[in-house]
Amino acid sequence: MTLPFIQFIDVTKSFGSNHVLKGLNLSIFKGEIMAVIGKSGTGKSVLLKHIIGLVEQDSGQILIKGESRHQLSVAASRSFHKELSYMFQDNALFDFMNIYDNVALPLVENSKFSKTHIKEKVITRIKQLGLTGTLEKFPAQLSGGMRKRVALARALVTDPKVVLFDEPTTGLDPVRKKKVHSMIQEYQEQFGFTAVIVTHDIPEIFNIAQRIAMLDDGIIKFEGSKKDILDSHSKTLNAFIRGEDV
Amino acid sequence: MLIQLIEKFGAIILRQLESLGRIVLFFLSGVINIFVLPFQFKKIIDHLWFIGSKSVFVIVLTGFFTGMVLGLQGYYSLVKFGSEAALGSAVALTLIRELGPVFTAIMVTARAGSAMAAELGVMRISEQIDALKTMHINPVRFLFTPRIIAAVISFPLLTALFDVVGIFGGYISGSIMLGINQYVYMDTVIKSIEIADITGGVYKAVFFGFIVTTICCYRGYYTHLSSGFGARGVSLSTTNAVVQSCIYIFIFDYIITFFLV
Repeated sequence: MTLPFIQFIDVTKSFGSNHVLKGLNLSIFKGEIMAVIGKSGTGKSVLLKHIIGLVEQDSGQILIKGESRHQLSVAASRSFHKELSYMFQDNALFDFMNIYDNVALPLVENSKFSKTHIKEKVITRIKQLGLTGTLEKFPAQLSGGMRKRVALARALVTDPKVVLFDEPTTGLDPVRKKKVHSMIQEYQEQFGFTAVIVTHDIPEIFNIAQRIAMLDDGIIKFEGSKKDILDSHSKTLNAFIRGEDV
Repeated sequence: MLIQLIEKFGAIILRQLESLGRIVLFFLSGVINIFVLPFQFKKIIDHLWFIGSKSVFVIVLTGFFTGMVLGLQGYYSLVKFGSEAALGSAVALTLIRELGPVFTAIMVTARAGSAMAAELGVMRISEQIDALKTMHINPVRFLFTPRIIAAVISFPLLTALFDVVGIFGGYISGSIMLGINQYVYMDTVIKSIEIADITGGVYKAVFFGFIVTTICCYRGYYTHLSSGFGARGVSLSTTNAVVQSCIYIFIFDYIITFFLV
């Protein structure tokens, strides 16, 4: 049996009296696109933040390649985190920097690439995401959809091995949405990165995700492939996909 | 009832101690990162521009009028004892030893310190600080360290400017308006100032630079812990940053003066 790349075991997390995760179990395998779906406010973003270490679980374990994250050596932990990239739901772009500087930031601060190489990489991503002509602009001067694409460009500019997408297509028009989805799929095929996508794009996400997990009431209610979803008799899952309240 | 009161009081004390511990660690982390390479030259220049250059106008204006008032008040106090010739000395020493560093720090807190707290607060609530962490960028080094360096350079320079403009303001009100001999005024200024007065003012300015930057950046950086998320949280953090900075400026002014005299 393949060892999960990232594994949640009985993870709980509360913010005051708000119990967000109530014993969550989830396995993410290397090189797959895993989509996490569920109603708003069920803790999908919190789940992603646990992976990148922005939030610590109250109890339970998060295993990285079979080892508890807390027991990883400093070097192993650093190396794992260097492979990660995160795209925030609200973009988290730096409003005092122009678009070029925003996208280039992770490379400028962490890599020993030459200025020319960094520029090449940034411009390639900018072009791929249809943002040509925005390099000198500031985030506040762009539309919501464009800002989303800048955030996506920043997440992908370091060629990460694991990318965590928090609603990457919210606010985009259907054409851009399709483009972003196909770009994620294309990149995944090309570079073989592992992607975890929190999304509400149903059924579009089924076309690119190899596995889908549904988070509801603090636990994973369903985990499986697109085929498993279609065959599923889960009332919660089917109602959610149809947009009905259970 | 009494136990509840003690519990509440204890909780407040614990919160304050926790906050004090956090602020000390925040400060130490910022200072240690000064020595971590690569040197953040461009960011320091940007903050020098913001904290230093952009404060020049307000410092000149307040320095000038402070000197004018000192000249006016000093004249009417000294003239009663027939000592109006000592006006230059009184204005210069008051400014260099005391009012220059304190007023400069307060004005820079109002202009740049509040902006630092607000900017970092907005960065916190819009997850920009978290974004730095996900990019393996140390947020304290990236956001706080260049500001400390810029403040420690700017504060003494702005204080010196305040002192010079203030002495000139005293000259305008004392010599030009009230008729004290201008050579006497300038002569008493030059003769009364000793190097210890200037170094004392510089020590204070440097110390206030550390205090203001640390409190304002800390308040903004941890806005979610003390004031909550959202626009209201940022506004509360900014207010707290300015008020606390001013209080600490006065407290430490006394402490430093106590050791200097």
